[in-house]
Amino acid sequence: MATGRTPIAIIDYGVGNLRSLANAIEEIGHEPELIDDPEVLLKADRIILPGVGAIEPAMRTLRTNGFVEPIFECAKRGTPILGVCLGMQLLCTSSYENGTHEALDLIDAEILPFDPDVGLKIPHIGWNSISWDQTHPLLDGIAPSSDVYFVHSFHASCQHDSNVLAWTEYGEKFASMLVKDNILGAQFHPEKSQYVGLKILQNFVGL
Amino acid sequence: MLKQRMIAVLILRNGQVVQSIRFKHTNVIHADPIHAMEAFNKWAVDEIVLLNVSLEPSSAEKFVEIIHRISRECFVPLSVGGWITSEDYAQQLLRSGADKLVVNSIVSEAPELVTRLSESYGRQCIVASIDVCRSEGNDTAVAVDRGRRIVTSSPGDWAKRCVELGAGEIFFNSISHDGARRGYDLENLKAVCSAVGVPVIAFGGVMTWEHMAEGLRAGADAVAAANIFHYTEQATRKAKSYLADEGFRMRVEGRAFAQAGNDAIDG
Repeated sequence: MATGRTPIAIIDYGVGNLRSLANAIEEIGHEPELIDDPEVLLKADRIILPGVGAIEPAMRTLRTNGFVEPIFECAKRGTPILGVCLGMQLLCTSSYENGTHEALDLIDAEILPFDPDVGLKIPHIGWNSISWDQTHPLLDGIAPSSDVYFVHSFHASCQHDSNVLAWTEYGEKFASMLVKDNILGAQFHPEKSQYVGLKILQNFVGL
Repeated sequence: MLKQRMIAVLILRNGQVVQSIRFKHTNVIHADPIHAMEAFNKWAVDEIVLLNVSLEPSSAEKFVEIIHRISRECFVPLSVGGWITSEDYAQQLLRSGADKLVVNSIVSEAPELVTRLSESYGRQCIVASIDVCRSEGNDTAVAVDRGRRIVTSSPGDWAKRCVELGAGEIFFNSISHDGARRGYDLENLKAVCSAVGVPVIAFGGVMTWEHMAEGLRAGADAVAAANIFHYTEQATRKAKSYLADEGFRMRVEGRAFAQAGNDAIDG
């Protein structure tokens, strides 16, 4: 468990609201560092990859800002990386949002739309529960079926069940948290999921 | 399983939380919105909506500062609205810690801006607020610009237009029911819910917890209230427990992080 204020790198590639994540990191007593320089990222001990909106412009911006290679390098070194919402989707192989787009491929998963025929409201917005089969330090102290805040229209489908850290039901059972060694992902927003979310972020700092 | 959301709305005029009655704002409830925020954080509220209803355009700048302060205490989604008339200002709001933008007048006055915001930040970031009102003869109209200009007679059509422009959520409000304590305008709420496939938040007129149950039965995905939450201790917690007893799916956890410490999770 880390002691004192640990710096947490939040990749700032010019999209979305990073303030919420930074506020949450401060709330749990650590130091958010918004990183817009890919070179600086290489020095980070913990990395959060945020993201909202569509995958294609986000992936393009990550590339043009030179973050792709440093992320691969950190992933290879074993630095814990947590993708949040679209950030989680960016860690996957490919996405079918507005065409087919390749992503970072750090986790063997595809990003698919919810089945429109089920009559669900899209986006999936609101508090929904997570459940899991395997224990993991990221879920320490979290009660099964805890509610967390989701807002998304696409979801991950993993090639291997071992990469599914948690499941959520919305018309179908989908992977709401991903894991592959030091690569972690949450489809929901831990920074907006009150106690449960802050606890998950604290667990991430403690990895 | 997806829960039905309970949302607290803070109406701000000149930086103070005010009571809203038919879109008139006179009584100050909290001089500093941060106090209201702290209470809602403890009371298991699922989401916060912050609306700047000041008539002066100059209020926009102060509103950004308020969001900056509020968002530091807000670990549930924060939607903000009022005076969003440019991409620059929208970006300022998001950079200050807002998660979603509530748009109203620009749906009519600058529809292309709604679409641009939706493309930049994603559909989930855009909440279209629809203000319906009733004439003396009980006819329905949809108004913009704080109820001053009527744009159509069909809330359902207006809701569809909002979604086509890029809104990912609808915030339904009724000028005639606002502060009137007789519950939501259920007929128009139903019309909006059945017109669109995106989530609908019901607002305007809640006096009892049963009014919220009516809103959910009418098809709303989330129920919102303002005045009543400020005047009742533990309001959102009580409201949720009423709705859970009525068979609705509510999130019960709601302790602040610092309070919960390393204890088992509440609920």
